[in-house]
Amino acid sequence: MFFIYLSSGLFLGWSLGANDAANVFGTAVGSKMLRLRTVAIICGIFVILGAVISGAGPTQTLKELGAVDAMAGSFMVALSAAFTVWRMTKLKIPVSTSQAIVGAIIGWNLYTNSPTDLNSLTKIVLTWIVCPVLAALLSMVIYLVVRLIVNKLKIHLLRLDTYNRVGLIIVGAFGSYSLGANNIANVMGVFIPVSPFKDTSLLGINISGAQQLFFIGGVAIAVGAYTYSHKVIDTVGKSLMKISPVSALVVVLSQALVLFIFASERLRDLLVSYGLPPLPLVPVSSSQAIVGAIIGLGILKGGRGLRYRVLGEISLGWLITPVMAGIIAFVSLFFLQNVFKMEINSTKVSDVRYNNVNPGKLHRQTNIGQQTLVKPAIFTY
Amino acid sequence: MLFKQSKILINEIDEYLDTVSEGALVFRQCIDEYLNGEKEKFETHRVALSNLEKKADSLRRGIENRLYTHSLMPENRGDVLGILESIDNVIDTAKKTSTQFSIELPEIPEELRREFITLTMHVTQGAESLVLATRAFFRDLGAVKDHLHKVYFYEKEADRAAENLNRSIFKMGCDLCYKYQLRHFVINVDKIADRSEAVADRIAIYTIKRTV
Repeated sequence: MFFIYLSSGLFLGWSLGANDAANVFGTAVGSKMLRLRTVAIICGIFVILGAVISGAGPTQTLKELGAVDAMAGSFMVALSAAFTVWRMTKLKIPVSTSQAIVGAIIGWNLYTNSPTDLNSLTKIVLTWIVCPVLAALLSMVIYLVVRLIVNKLKIHLLRLDTYNRVGLIIVGAFGSYSLGANNIANVMGVFIPVSPFKDTSLLGINISGAQQLFFIGGVAIAVGAYTYSHKVIDTVGKSLMKISPVSALVVVLSQALVLFIFASERLRDLLVSYGLPPLPLVPVSSSQAIVGAIIGLGILKGGRGLRYRVLGEISLGWLITPVMAGIIAFVSLFFLQNVFKMEINSTKVSDVRYNNVNPGKLHRQTNIGQQTLVKPAIFTY
Repeated sequence: MLFKQSKILINEIDEYLDTVSEGALVFRQCIDEYLNGEKEKFETHRVALSNLEKKADSLRRGIENRLYTHSLMPENRGDVLGILESIDNVIDTAKKTSTQFSIELPEIPEELRREFITLTMHVTQGAESLVLATRAFFRDLGAVKDHLHKVYFYEKEADRAAENLNRSIFKMGCDLCYKYQLRHFVINVDKIADRSEAVADRIAIYTIKRTV
């Protein structure tokens, strides 16, 4: 039964892959530096690795937002988000899967009269603003540094092309890893509390139940990237602004760094160990990051070449996505409960299930004093 | 594989530019020798120039093939090929002009020789500056402008020398057909500078494109 419910998560994963692979490699394909087939394969492999190895951090924050604690509820929340992302992908608009899933969870909260954790919501919504701004700033700085290096070293145009191509593959792989790490929460987060997977060991490596779930989600993302990413790649790679190969590298690197910053538990621990304020581990939008990075470059070049109409459409998509996902979730939950007579919320099952998923992680977070991450909200998912 | 291909291509482009530069120098030697009456040396260098032109053609085709076969520089490929093809016109015009000298063997009056040498000098200096500008386009965009400036300067000087020559030719008391023949040679030599200027214009635009 669980796997039938999981199908909506897989659909969401597929939609995410189709939509967000463009963010990682769209500019590289758009500038004709890499072939779509090549990037889809690289993206698939590294998304899975990122999801399995580093996917736990942002999942935690998303869980605090709402308390989707029944399989049917999880199914419908994921399906609503997936449907929204899929529609937007068909319209060639790079949207945020994070926004879609957050909208859907809030739709569930509203329908079931469950409280929405405002702290988490604020944290997540703030990142929707911080993420593109940070990406824009990063792309400006990186571009200036790269330009300085290229001018100083007087690299031959052909050699630069080769370095660029190799750089795009490496940075794209890093971007895919970060995408998997950061966005797997969107795809599989709602299923963790109801997951039947138990911790296991393979070739001496411990694999938690959550990681097994993340692997399945990662595969779904990879399949989406391989089969249907060309539409949004067209928008990101060509329509928003004409991107040179060097700019493509800068944009992808900025985006990957932003995703990594908001996904890396190690980075957060490092900041804490130096007494710095930790960055929240939040599933941010790779679409917002990439568009922010492109706008950053556009601003650096005096705003020339930016296609404001496309930019407007994308921004509108960002506003519509959470609302649309929320409404779809709300309406479909009504049908699920009243027409199909399915249980869409229950608290007790998830408490026990989630505790089995990753107890070590909870303990570690308590140690570093992340009160917001260990409060009982963990058990309310 | 990718690094190997780009290394081969860099060497081929350098060799191509060396060939064009050498062609310009050989052309100057050809004209000097022709004006000095050293017909045998002139013929030797004329043949050498012809061979250089063939070599440049073959290198250019190789570069074109390699660029497309290995999908190198997708962003700048069209621009690079445009530059290399138009540079080919410079050495091509030099070869044709020297061949015309060899076929028609025009009698250049003593009083025009110095002006002819000046014209040829400006033309070849323009071509050499063009080669430097092209090299800079590949490696050092900041330096392109300096070399292009020289190309434009030598083109103007060549035009001025050609005009002076034409005026001197038509002041001479000889047959109109002879004057026409001499003018024809002046125009052809000067055409090399015009070709260089045309390539320089392309490079200037492509440089702006790359820096924006």
